[in-house]
Amino acid sequence: MKSFRNDMPRAVLFFIVFSIVCGFIYTGAVTAVAQIAFPRQANGSIIEIGGKKYGCELLGQQYTDESHMWGRIMNIDVSTYTDKDGKAVMYAGPSNKTPAGEELESLIAERVEMMKAYNPDMENTPVPVELVTCSGSGLDPHISPAAAMYQVKRIAKANGMPEEEVISIIEKCTDEKFLGIFGSETVNVLEVNLMLDGIL
Amino acid sequence: MIKMVLPYILYLAILVILAFPLGLYIGKVMNGEKTMLSPVFLPFEKAVYKIIKVKADEEMSWKKYLSCTFLFSAAGLVFLTALQMLQAYLPGNPQRLPNVPWDLSFNTAASFVTNTNWQAYTGEATLSYLTQSLGLTVQNFVSAATGIAVLFALIRAFNKVKSKVIGNFWVDMTRILIHLLIPLNFVIAICLVAGGVVQNFKPAETVSLVEPIAVSSEGNIIEDAVIDMDTETVTVNGEIIDNAEIVTEQIVPLGPAASQIAIKQTGTNGGGYFGVNSAHPLENPNNFTNIIEMTGLLLIPAALCFTFGRNIRNKKQGTAIFMAMFLMLVVSLGVIAVSEQSATPQLSQNGAVDISATMQPGGNMEGKETRFGITASSTWAAYTTAASNGSVNSMHDSYTPIGGMITMLQMQLGEVIFGGVGCGLYGMLAFAILTVFIAGLMVGRTPEFLGKKIEPYEMKWSVLVCLATPIGILVGSGIAAAVPAVLESLNNPGAHGFSELLYTYSSAGGNNGSAFAGFNANTPFLNISIGLVMLFVRFLPIAGILAVAGSLAAKKKVAVTAGTLSTTNAMFVFLLIVIVLLVGALSFFPALSLGPLAEFFSCTF
Repeated sequence: MKSFRNDMPRAVLFFIVFSIVCGFIYTGAVTAVAQIAFPRQANGSIIEIGGKKYGCELLGQQYTDESHMWGRIMNIDVSTYTDKDGKAVMYAGPSNKTPAGEELESLIAERVEMMKAYNPDMENTPVPVELVTCSGSGLDPHISPAAAMYQVKRIAKANGMPEEEVISIIEKCTDEKFLGIFGSETVNVLEVNLMLDGIL
Repeated sequence: MIKMVLPYILYLAILVILAFPLGLYIGKVMNGEKTMLSPVFLPFEKAVYKIIKVKADEEMSWKKYLSCTFLFSAAGLVFLTALQMLQAYLPGNPQRLPNVPWDLSFNTAASFVTNTNWQAYTGEATLSYLTQSLGLTVQNFVSAATGIAVLFALIRAFNKVKSKVIGNFWVDMTRILIHLLIPLNFVIAICLVAGGVVQNFKPAETVSLVEPIAVSSEGNIIEDAVIDMDTETVTVNGEIIDNAEIVTEQIVPLGPAASQIAIKQTGTNGGGYFGVNSAHPLENPNNFTNIIEMTGLLLIPAALCFTFGRNIRNKKQGTAIFMAMFLMLVVSLGVIAVSEQSATPQLSQNGAVDISATMQPGGNMEGKETRFGITASSTWAAYTTAASNGSVNSMHDSYTPIGGMITMLQMQLGEVIFGGVGCGLYGMLAFAILTVFIAGLMVGRTPEFLGKKIEPYEMKWSVLVCLATPIGILVGSGIAAAVPAVLESLNNPGAHGFSELLYTYSSAGGNNGSAFAGFNANTPFLNISIGLVMLFVRFLPIAGILAVAGSLAAKKKVAVTAGTLSTTNAMFVFLLIVIVLLVGALSFFPALSLGPLAEFFSCTF
C-alpha cells in the first residue's frame, strides 16, 4: 500500500510529461516542418487555379456524364458533413459488402449492364473489374489503365475529339508503379476530366 | 508468374533487412549501452529522470513493476475518457464536434490504452484535433512503449541469477520513447507528408465538384437527374423535382494526421486518423507512403526477435523465434494473395467482368484501392493481422471468404505471429515455455528454457497468457451472439454476418483493432463488452508475463548438457508452430466453420 501511494503521483507525472512531449511538442514539430517544407501536400494536395479550388488531387468524385471519364463505384454520403454555411457537402465510404454474396452479385450484374449500355462500342469486351466495384476508401481517385482505355471510345465521341487525343490525356495522367515494381499503374480520374474540360 | 510474386518477396525482404540492425540498436538502448545517437538523446533521457525523480539503476520487484504498469495505464484510461467526454468545451476543435458519449469514450480509451485501437467511431466526424493529438497520439506512443517495457522485464529475467528485481518500469519506458519511438516516428511522419499525407491544424476544406449532385429533400441521391446550375433546378425525365438540394462541393478533411499515422503504424496501434484508415487517400496517398507504412507496421515486432537473441546472448534463439513467426506469416500471405487474386464467381459474372491482371490489378477489387491493387492490399492484410496492428489499406469485410478467414485466424492465434510491439514476442515466449514443457513431458526430462527450469508456477501463468485470447474471443462473441440487439449491427446476411461478429471479437481479443467494418459496433452493449474484452486480454497476459519474469529471475541457471532439449534448431521451430496452431485452431475451428468456411462452401458450390 505504501509503494502504491509513492507510485501513483509518479505515474501521473510521467503521463503528464509524455503527454506534453508526444501530444504537443512532437505533433507541433512535425506540423512546423511539414508546413515549411511541403505546404501543398500537408494541406490536402488541392488543385487551385486562379483562386478556384477545382478539387483534391487525392479524392475521387462521382462522374456520370458521358463526356467525362468515370471512376470507381461510389457510396455517396451527403448527410454527415456540411460546410461553414450549413450546406451539405459530399463525402463517400466503402460498401463493406462480401464479394461472395448475392447482394453484390446482383449489383454487379446491374453495373455491367449499365457499362455496356453506355459503352456500346465495347460490347464484346469484358468490363474491367474496377468499374463495377466500390473501393476501400470509397474515395479512390484512380482507375487502372485498362479501365481508362475501356472508356476511350465513349469519351471521344461525347466530346467530339479524336481518340488519340483522349489517349494522350490519359497517358499524361498515368502514374507508373512505384520504382516500377510496387502497387499498380494508376490513372487520376479528376485530372483527366479537368483536362477534358480544358481547365488543367 | 515471377513478375507477380516479385513484389511480395521484395516487401518481405525490405522488412527483414531493416529489422535486423534496428533490433541490435534497440538491444543496446535497453541495456543502457552507448549508441551512435546517444549524445543526442541521452540529455533528454536524463532530464526525464530528474523530473520524475527516478534513479536509472534502481530496479523493481515484479510486483512493483506490475503495479506501475497498471497505475500508468489507469491514468491514461481515465484521462482519455474524460478528454473525449469534454472535447466540446476545450480548444483545438475547429469543426465544433460535440462531446463523445460515455460508452463510446470508454470503448475508445480502453482501445487505445490497450494498444488495440479498435474504432467504433469515425475519426474525422467524431474527434477534435486536440483529442486526436493530446489523447490518441499520446496513447499510441505510451501503449506501444508499455508492451516493449514488459517484454524487457522478461528478457532481463532470463539473464538474472537469484535476483529479486527485473528492471525499472519508468527507465524502460523513457528509453523506448526517447531513443526509439519519438525520433523514428518524427522521420517517418515527415516522409509521409512529403508523399501527400495531410498535417495541419486547419478546419476541413471544401472544393468544388466537377459534376454537382442532386439530393432529394429526404436526403437521397437522385439518379439520372439533370441539373441546371443557372436556375438551380433539378429535372428527371423533364419533370422538375421540388425541394431538391444541389450539392456542389466536396469535403477535404484535414488535421494533424501524418504525426499520428506514423506512430499508429510503428507502434502496432492501427487506429486510423480517418475512418477508413490507410485506405483513405489522404492517409496513404501512394505506394511510396504505403511501403513506409506497411514496413513500419511489422518493423519493431520483427526487430525485437533479434533484440531478444542479442540481449540473452543467444542469437540463434532470436533467429529461431523469428523463423517460426516468419514461416507462419509467409503461408498466411500466400493464401490471402491467391484467394484475392482469384476473386469469386459472383465478381467474375461468367466472364462479363474482366478480373485478369493485364493493365489492371484484377482479382477481387471490391473494397480495394486501385493504387494498391491485390499485391499491396494482401500484403498489408497479412501484416496487419499478424502484428496486432489492425490498420487496413483495404476493407477486410469485402475479402473473399478464405482470405478473410486467414486474417481472422491470425488474430485468433493470439497475435504471436510477430504480434504487437513487445506483447507479440512475450506472447510467443509464453508459447515457447508451453512447448518446452510439452516436449519435456514427451522425453521425460524436467523442462528448461534458456537455462531456467520451467516449473508448475511458470506453466500456470504461461497457460493463462496463451488462453487469454481464446477466452476473450469465444466468451465475448458467444454472449454477443445471444443478445438480440446485436443482430441489428450486422451489415451482411447469413454466414458472413456471423463472420462480422466473430471478426469483431477476434479483433478485440487479439488486441488487433481491425474490423469487418460494415459491422456497426457503436452501441452501448458492444462498446462496453468490447472494451472489457480488450482490457482483459491486455492486462491478464501482462500480469502473467511479469509473474513469470519475477519467478525466472529468482532461479539459478542450470548448465546446458547433452540431454538438454535444444530450443534453437528446426525441430523446435516446428514444435513451436504446431503448439501455436494447436491452441488456436482447435479453439476456433467450430466458430470458423459457422462463419467463413460456411460462406466459402456455399459460394463455390
